[in-house]
Amino acid sequence: MTGASSGVGGGSALLELRDVGKDYGTVVALDGITTTVRAGEVTCVLGDNGAGKSTLIKILAGVHRPDRGEMLLDGAQVSFGAPREALDAGIATVYQDLAMIPLMAIWRNFFLGAEPTRGWGPFRRFDAGRARGVTRAALAEMGIDIRDPAQPVGTLSGGERQSVAIARAVHFGARVLILDEPTSALGVKQAGVVLRYVAQARDRGVGVVLITHNPHHAYPVGDRFLVLNRGRSLGSFAKADVSRDELTGLMAGGAELEQLAHEIERPHSRAD
Amino acid sequence: MQSPVFRSARGVANWMDPASTLGIMAVAVALLMIGGHFDLSAGVLTGTTALTVGIVAVEFRQNLWIGIGVALLVALAVGFFNGWLVTRTGLPSFIITLGTFLMLQGLNVGLTKLFTDTVTVGGIDDVPGYAAAEWIFASRLSIAGTEFRVAILWWLLFTALATWVLLRTRFGNWVFATGGDEVAARNVGVPARRTTITLFMTTATAAWFVGTTLAVRLTSVQANTGTGQELIYIVAAVIGGCLLTGGFGSAIGASLGALIFGMTQLGIPYLHWDADWFYFFLGAMLLLAVLANRLVRRYAEAARR
Repeated sequence: MTGASSGVGGGSALLELRDVGKDYGTVVALDGITTTVRAGEVTCVLGDNGAGKSTLIKILAGVHRPDRGEMLLDGAQVSFGAPREALDAGIATVYQDLAMIPLMAIWRNFFLGAEPTRGWGPFRRFDAGRARGVTRAALAEMGIDIRDPAQPVGTLSGGERQSVAIARAVHFGARVLILDEPTSALGVKQAGVVLRYVAQARDRGVGVVLITHNPHHAYPVGDRFLVLNRGRSLGSFAKADVSRDELTGLMAGGAELEQLAHEIERPHSRAD
Repeated sequence: MQSPVFRSARGVANWMDPASTLGIMAVAVALLMIGGHFDLSAGVLTGTTALTVGIVAVEFRQNLWIGIGVALLVALAVGFFNGWLVTRTGLPSFIITLGTFLMLQGLNVGLTKLFTDTVTVGGIDDVPGYAAAEWIFASRLSIAGTEFRVAILWWLLFTALATWVLLRTRFGNWVFATGGDEVAARNVGVPARRTTITLFMTTATAAWFVGTTLAVRLTSVQANTGTGQELIYIVAAVIGGCLLTGGFGSAIGASLGALIFGMTQLGIPYLHWDADWFYFFLGAMLLLAVLANRLVRRYAEAARR
């Protein structure tokens, strides 16, 4: 429960997890997870591979129900049976590489599953003009400069794609935005661009959950850090209570990393 | 080497005719391919529906329109079965529809023999309701002194309709998305399963329309009608720009593919070439089209990172 209740950005608690756990058969995938997501704040979930990050996303996104603990939205207990329910409650998830259809135009992707229509009965049709205009405006509002909304998403860079996906979630009224490893496949510059849009979404009052294994990406933009290891929480910290190095150390399991560093360095020093 | 007949109005009417029934199927198959699936049972289903029309009307002595109605129900059931099985099992549609293709091929011959003791259903023009059915499915229109079959008109209409649905409706957007990346589509709330089943039922409905056209036009149907045509529909769709991997293509392209096909099929005899060259040409077109389509996909996915 370390620091879970200390407010940072001063926003109201949108989403709260209390002692949440999930099992797959006899394997405990996640246990005793407690954290808060506030409006206008970025909560970072850090952990190495197999730490339970994806299980946590699936619980938040409504793919799985937790086996233990409670999830509170605006202070009221909730339980999502399907991704659609979470989406309707204002929790949007941007998955790592599955956010967009590469061969489709940006504006078609932007409104996929929520296409505006006009006309009635058999003449009800996809209002393409409006979709194009709104896409251009929504991207411009987030400061995303796209040459042409009609170009296929596949022609965008990885960073641009993540940015469009974030703009889409914000446009459709996401209050909680879950980002699954948005920077993992990106170069340094591209990752920086994506983090800027994460900050943009935060500044517009969205509660962001940023899932990553990179503390260098998480630290500058995060307000609160939840560190996972093998399905358990190593603590939930406000930014003031933890430094970047402490965070990195925690993630790798401190002592283990130092040991590893020695092992890697030794043959080098001998060879010289 | 050039034949003046080919370019005359009568020539155009000639090569538009095979293109029209093929084109109706190619458009429906193109929609299905954009949605990420194949239907190998589409060809034999034109035979199944044509035979159903004939058997219900002639052997059971019903009005022709009852036969046409029963055939539609059969087609919709087959389409639903294909779509349901594909979405339920997640198996490649290539295998599932290969299964229905073989089953229908057996049923076509078996049931035709059972009801008629031959492999042909004939005398469809002696059944009440034939005149109205002929007017809709097999009449001839005179344009500029040349007779065109009405199927050409239906073909143009269906191409326009399919284009509109693909580009200007929610369903069209879902078709591209389901074929492009089904998991991503489902993640943003596209009813991918319903879209797939609807597409299979659309292909089946097109097969019903073509089957009925054949039954009414020829007035007698062979039990092996339509068998082998399914690959030609796919070839026409691919020549028209549909990707084999789904997510890209157009109805107009598929129609142009069918048109090229019709022109070649009749053009080769006009040139007094051996008909075998037709298949050589077809295969070469297919290879060229697949290579060209690959470039399109590369372009669209080039700058991924």
